[in-house]
Amino acid sequence: MTRMLLTGNAAAAWAARLAVADYIPAFPITPQTEIIESLANWIDNGEMDARLVTLESEHSMITAAGAAAATGIRVYSATSSQGLLYAMEMLYTVAGWRAPFVLTNVSRGLSSPITLESDHNDIVAARDCGFLQIHCSSCQEVLDNTLMAFRLAEDARIRLPVIVNLDGFYLSFTREPVELPDADKCRQFVGQYDAQNMLFRASRPTSQAVAVLGGSPYSYFRYETHLAAQNGLSVYEDVATDFEQHFGRHYDVLEAYKTEDAEIVFVIMGSYSSKAKDAVNSLRDAGQKAGLLRPRLLRPFPAKHFQQALKDVKAVAVIDQNISTGMGGVLHTELSAALYGQTQAPQLIASYMGGLGGRDISSEEFFEMAKEVSNAVKKNQPLAPRLLYTETELRELRKLQAVAHVERQQLHNSRQQTKKGGAIK
Amino acid sequence: MTEAAVGFYRRMKDLPSTHLLGTGTAMCAGCGGLEALHEIYDIIGDKSIFVNAAGCMTLLSVYPFTPFRGSWLYTAMASAPAGAQGVRDALDILKAKKQITDDEDMQVVVLTGDGSAYGMGLSATSGAMERDLDFLYICYDNEGYGNTGQQYSGATPHAAKTSTSKGARGFAGFKKDLFSIWAAHQPAYVATVIGAEPLDLAKKIEKARSLKGPRMIIALSPCPTGWDYDPKETVNIGKLAVKTGVWPLKEYINGKVVHTKIPRQRQPLEDYLKCQGRYKHLFEPQRNEVMLNQLQQKIDQYWDNING
Ligand SMILES: Cc1ncc(C[n+]2csc(CCOP(=O)(O)OP(=O)(O)O)c2C)c(N)n1
Ligand code: SF4
Repeated sequence: MTRMLLTGNAAAAWAARLAVADYIPAFPITPQTEIIESLANWIDNGEMDARLVTLESEHSMITAAGAAAATGIRVYSATSSQGLLYAMEMLYTVAGWRAPFVLTNVSRGLSSPITLESDHNDIVAARDCGFLQIHCSSCQEVLDNTLMAFRLAEDARIRLPVIVNLDGFYLSFTREPVELPDADKCRQFVGQYDAQNMLFRASRPTSQAVAVLGGSPYSYFRYETHLAAQNGLSVYEDVATDFEQHFGRHYDVLEAYKTEDAEIVFVIMGSYSSKAKDAVNSLRDAGQKAGLLRPRLLRPFPAKHFQQALKDVKAVAVIDQNISTGMGGVLHTELSAALYGQTQAPQLIASYMGGLGGRDISSEEFFEMAKEVSNAVKKNQPLAPRLLYTETELRELRKLQAVAHVERQQLHNSRQQTKKGGAIK
Repeated sequence: MTEAAVGFYRRMKDLPSTHLLGTGTAMCAGCGGLEALHEIYDIIGDKSIFVNAAGCMTLLSVYPFTPFRGSWLYTAMASAPAGAQGVRDALDILKAKKQITDDEDMQVVVLTGDGSAYGMGLSATSGAMERDLDFLYICYDNEGYGNTGQQYSGATPHAAKTSTSKGARGFAGFKKDLFSIWAAHQPAYVATVIGAEPLDLAKKIEKARSLKGPRMIIALSPCPTGWDYDPKETVNIGKLAVKTGVWPLKEYINGKVVHTKIPRQRQPLEDYLKCQGRYKHLFEPQRNEVMLNQLQQKIDQYWDNING
């Protein structure tokens, strides 16, 4: 075992290498590109025995990934944001094939407006496609969970592709100390790729992904996929136990931080949970019993884990780094659905949307949320969903708009003058 | 390429007399695409995997039955060539790692309609050729989006009526020259075929089979449903397409285009148009002499260039 400083992207690439992936269909997109560049370099230098092919789009990339997995080899791929959406048709398709492979998504906000920075609208848009989803909050977790994802995808109880999500910039480009597990041990942990009944061979003619007529076979296959996805929770726990035995690090489906006696619990996904943990510590220092829950798995959704963890908790503040336009935060909706009707459910499940397009969430804002939620609980009042956005920010933005407007006006005026024959002074 | 293999189909009687592809599929009676596929499959054989894009032929394999003796993978409308890439690469990797023997290998065959080939799938096809993918592409060209009810596509010929060009002039655009677009990529092989000329087709498929790299086939596929004619006329219309010069039978290999069947005495184009409902408006209620002349001229020009 070696300790290295690795970015989240490098950690993902290392995991694909340590899992001995055979095939990597690729396509560049910021902030993911470093992953495929690392893999390409290793392959070129003979450090990794795999084949990387750059397709002409992510739609094709996922098609090739699914087709190769369906032919019986271990496949890894990576994308981000626009790429994930460009591939959307194929995400559903290859999950329906039950093609097991691992895809890293480096989260980045979606166009429009176009941005490079991180939020979760890309990955939540893929929540219904049939891929399982693991969300990471550190570079170590990216490496470990990518290794685990291969086990999860290939498990006979699941046989579905898995997305491992890491946040653009915050993880993709941030160097953290990462323990690089021993290559032989990884090989042993992940195991030989077992195609099971999914392969194409001349001696075993097979038809895969054929059409169905009517709702009955369609429902049959769709529901089978759903059931398989639901197995993801217990299989993840099995895999995590085995992982701990191999490497000593343990991962829960739902990470709980100081929740035992908590009166208010923040719920948040991905790397921003580090900010939230920090805030929990400060809040506790200030005498408020705060805690944090972070789902590692978003699909399957750990409903029971949440129900258990939030028993006797008075108030929850869900912070969504996404907006389902016209509805609000996706995690908030899902958590509310999971808690509805539970006898010991929290009195209040507040919804905050923040961290959009890489915007920071400050410590003060965590304090503000805690205060607002506590007051609402005391007064037994509901709380409307809120966007984390300060007055100063709004003022600054308006100022910029005003400056741009004035400049445009000046330009327009000087053009008019030139037309009239007036010289520009 | 082995000359023996290429030279096998010399006469009609050399062609297989029984078909490999099963019957009882959901294709329309008289489907020219299915006719071509039967002939092609006999030559490719069952050591093959068909990677299919959305279109009429998707309904060949309906759970839990298939007419194919070999393998099948349905992908989506845009990305069948990428599916072929994944399968081909996986088979190569398995061979290189000695996890399968050579006799487990298969011909990887893409099967799509023209809508996919001329349009939505063109980028994926271009990518596959650019990567020199070892595969066979079969486009059955029924000159429209057949499966969705024959709307015009990039392959629809000028003046043809489709369900999105029902006006008096028919389709305003012109059929895209996919053969040249494909050939510009300099793949191993490009050919046009038609089911109604089975010997020419067999020779070309046999040649394609013996080559490596991208081998690209466009089969004009008379479509009784979309072209509006009696299903029993499929072979006749196919023959007319060649005799009138509408569908030049040709191949591209080693940088050169060769016409494999030059109609010396070309029949008037009208003979081909007249028997299809999609061109009825050129003859009724009165003859559209201007349009008919224009269409004939285009064909004449093409062949003037070929014949020098
Ligand atoms: C992304 C996408 N858009 C639209 C469709 C609907 N669709 C299914 S088949 C088809 C027509 C395909 O036309 P073509 O490739 O010419 O094949 P044909 O139907 O003529 O056999 C269309 C548009 C689809 N399946 N996928
Ligand atoms: S619509 Fe045309 S191409 Fe499609 S199955 Fe029917 S005859 Fe064949």
